[in-house]
Amino acid sequence: MSQSITNILVCGIGGQGVMTATEILAEAALSLGFDVKKTEVAGMSQRGGVVTSHLRFGPRVLSPQIAPGDADLLVGFEAAETLRWVHMLRPGAEVLTNVGRIVPPVVNSGRYDYPDDPVAQMAALGLTVHAFDATAIALELGEIRLGNTVMLGAMADQLPFPDDVLEQAVLARFAKRKPQLLELNREAFARGRAAVAVAGA
Amino acid sequence: MAVVQPAPAHSRQFLSGNEAVARAAWDAGVRVAAAYPGTPSTEILEVLARFPDLYTEWSVNEKVSLEVALGASMVGARALCAMKHVGLNVASDALMTLAVTGVEGGLVIVVADDVGMSSSQNEQDSRFWGRFAHLPVFEPADSQEAYTLTRAAFALSEQFRTAVIVRLTTRICHVKGAVTAGEREVIEPTGFEKDPPRWVMVPGHAKPRLPLMFDREAALREAAEISEFNVLETGTDTRVGFVTSGPAGMHVLEAFPDAPVLRLGFSYPPPLERIRALAAQVDRLVVVEETEPLLETELKAVGIDCHGKDILPRLGELPPSILTPAIGRLLRGEAPIEVDRPAPQPVFPRPPTLCVACPHLGVYYTLSQLRNVIISGDIGCYTLGAGHPWNALDTCISMGASMGMALGMDKGRGAKDANKKIVAVIGDSTFMHMGMQGLLDITYNGGNVTILLLDNRTVGMTGGQDNPASGRDIHGMEAPRVDFVQLCEALGVRSERIRKVDPYELPTLFKALREETKIEGPSVIITDRPCVLIGEYKPTLTYKVIDDSCTGCGNCLDVGCPAIHVTRRGQETKPSGRVVDLSFVRIDTAACTGCGLCVQPCAPEAIVHAQTVQPLSFMRQSGSPA
Repeated sequence: MSQSITNILVCGIGGQGVMTATEILAEAALSLGFDVKKTEVAGMSQRGGVVTSHLRFGPRVLSPQIAPGDADLLVGFEAAETLRWVHMLRPGAEVLTNVGRIVPPVVNSGRYDYPDDPVAQMAALGLTVHAFDATAIALELGEIRLGNTVMLGAMADQLPFPDDVLEQAVLARFAKRKPQLLELNREAFARGRAAVAVAGA
Repeated sequence: MAVVQPAPAHSRQFLSGNEAVARAAWDAGVRVAAAYPGTPSTEILEVLARFPDLYTEWSVNEKVSLEVALGASMVGARALCAMKHVGLNVASDALMTLAVTGVEGGLVIVVADDVGMSSSQNEQDSRFWGRFAHLPVFEPADSQEAYTLTRAAFALSEQFRTAVIVRLTTRICHVKGAVTAGEREVIEPTGFEKDPPRWVMVPGHAKPRLPLMFDREAALREAAEISEFNVLETGTDTRVGFVTSGPAGMHVLEAFPDAPVLRLGFSYPPPLERIRALAAQVDRLVVVEETEPLLETELKAVGIDCHGKDILPRLGELPPSILTPAIGRLLRGEAPIEVDRPAPQPVFPRPPTLCVACPHLGVYYTLSQLRNVIISGDIGCYTLGAGHPWNALDTCISMGASMGMALGMDKGRGAKDANKKIVAVIGDSTFMHMGMQGLLDITYNGGNVTILLLDNRTVGMTGGQDNPASGRDIHGMEAPRVDFVQLCEALGVRSERIRKVDPYELPTLFKALREETKIEGPSVIITDRPCVLIGEYKPTLTYKVIDDSCTGCGNCLDVGCPAIHVTRRGQETKPSGRVVDLSFVRIDTAACTGCGLCVQPCAPEAIVHAQTVQPLSFMRQSGSPA
């Protein structure tokens, strides 16, 4: 609706940390004085189902939901899930996606096919797609659950935030409770950021 | 669980609607808060339980939680109970009579409707209960209003000596926004006053109270007319004026910034005169309400001309993407303007599924192997057994219904179902919520039903809350733990017909089910492994597939574990000439926790322990993502 509102849609599947990542984005936006609303539907989605999280920030946010065609940035934690939500984007908007795949039982059993090349399919729609393997980076760092910090790092240069605001919001989560995780997350964030720079557009 | 000191008053916090309600209750000096977990309301009590200086509990069901709250109110304490929409159906017996007695200490009933149905068996509009029970209804539109209106609800409750319903929807409960909290009140309970004509609801006492209830409703109607929570946003575009409530109000403001909008925070009794005044100022009045046409019907009944469900959907949410084209059609009769956006891309469905190594996997694999069986199901994670690949759940209606329906099937069946076996599947928490009475009915009336009681020691679907089967209270402190064997015996099941079985031992489970379904009369098979998402679950050595040994038979896929993936497909022609499909598999060792279920149906013994690098141990303990 309003041009002054930034709409970010984060998607993935239950258990990947989509909601936590969006929470951290929201904290960063709040720290900059924006009005912020964040919405998602939890419940059964935590059992391996589809998860989306809508984040809207600006001078004043009314409806928490991003309307189809209004998202400025789509961030996907799983390749096919990113593809699932492209219709939410405004024309020419940017996409950040993990190319890592999580294949559900309905595909394993042969009842449905996984898309051949989700990234190419998105690029063919005229979207600017930054694709990288966040799953592989997280596993290289020794823990799949670093994936959401990798994804947050990938967003670092795509947001109307001053330098390091997002990184500080990520690291603030660990500084107090789990200092031994701080360095790992700093590394994961940097690797995600670098991956997008390499992936280009 | 450690007590958390709530953030200071007047600080700006980022809270969900549920968190805002919890903070408001604490600030309102609530002394007792009770709930049974239910999406989307669960977090209200989870948050309150961490605050100091009040009593909180997980109740065994919503009716008990409301009665606990009412008892607290009777001794003059402020009390809150929270539930999902279907929970208020359970609590309604108490609700309808506490509406007659009224309350002493402020009593707020928070009910969360699952508009859009993300995690429920139906979509119902709890605002009806306000009309039915003659109780006031508040409807916040965002987190800040959830805070403000919950606090105001306690004040109204004491002013009018009535319970107040605060109606939330999923789009309030699970939306986060900025909230500024106020100062905390400290309220000393006024003490119980013996007053049988007020509290002992026999006909002679209740009858004289009924007119008081209607007087109260009339006074509330006047209060709604002047309430500061019914806000008129004036607008210059008077072609359409809106009257709306709940999250729909924010959608209306977003979609029609220039229109006059009356948002009702105090929505029942409705402020009819204020609405009439708005109607006089605009060309058309549109009622935007989720989900039933309650206000619309009431406005039409008093002669206020309006649109509502004639132009808007009767189901689900009403975001701007639905409102804008509907109003466009109303004003101009136009087809909606297509939004310029990328075309939707078809992608396979990804339904929720049972977790890797879930103990229910063994149960549903086994049930899927049985023939001639009717499986009466219930509410919980195990409802997912209705899905692929098990297809092993035939009914799901309401909490505890698996019991009574199984008995009804047994007693009602004719020749067509004579040789079928009837199995009821229920989880530990659901059994204690409302299943125990059904089992008593089965034993009392001699039902021929085999009951599978899946004890995973938690309320799984809502995120692992404690209950009387976990042996811990809402704070994680030790509490008496229910012994299901003794409980079932006490309910009349013969002790030799009660078995405890490890759901990871497929042959034992299969044998137990086959034997018990053959025997006349009620049997109970209790599975006793913990939910994989709670602390009691201990992962063991992971498994992998030896590629050269895998024959592609696909038996392991029938277990339904999401850690088993197909690497390639093929076909084989049997000596009989029959062509069979082959699926060669691998196991995602990062996800596998070594339950061993898939090993058991693997004919060529191609699944063996993997020696993998274990995840960093301190991260495995973490509940939050790394």
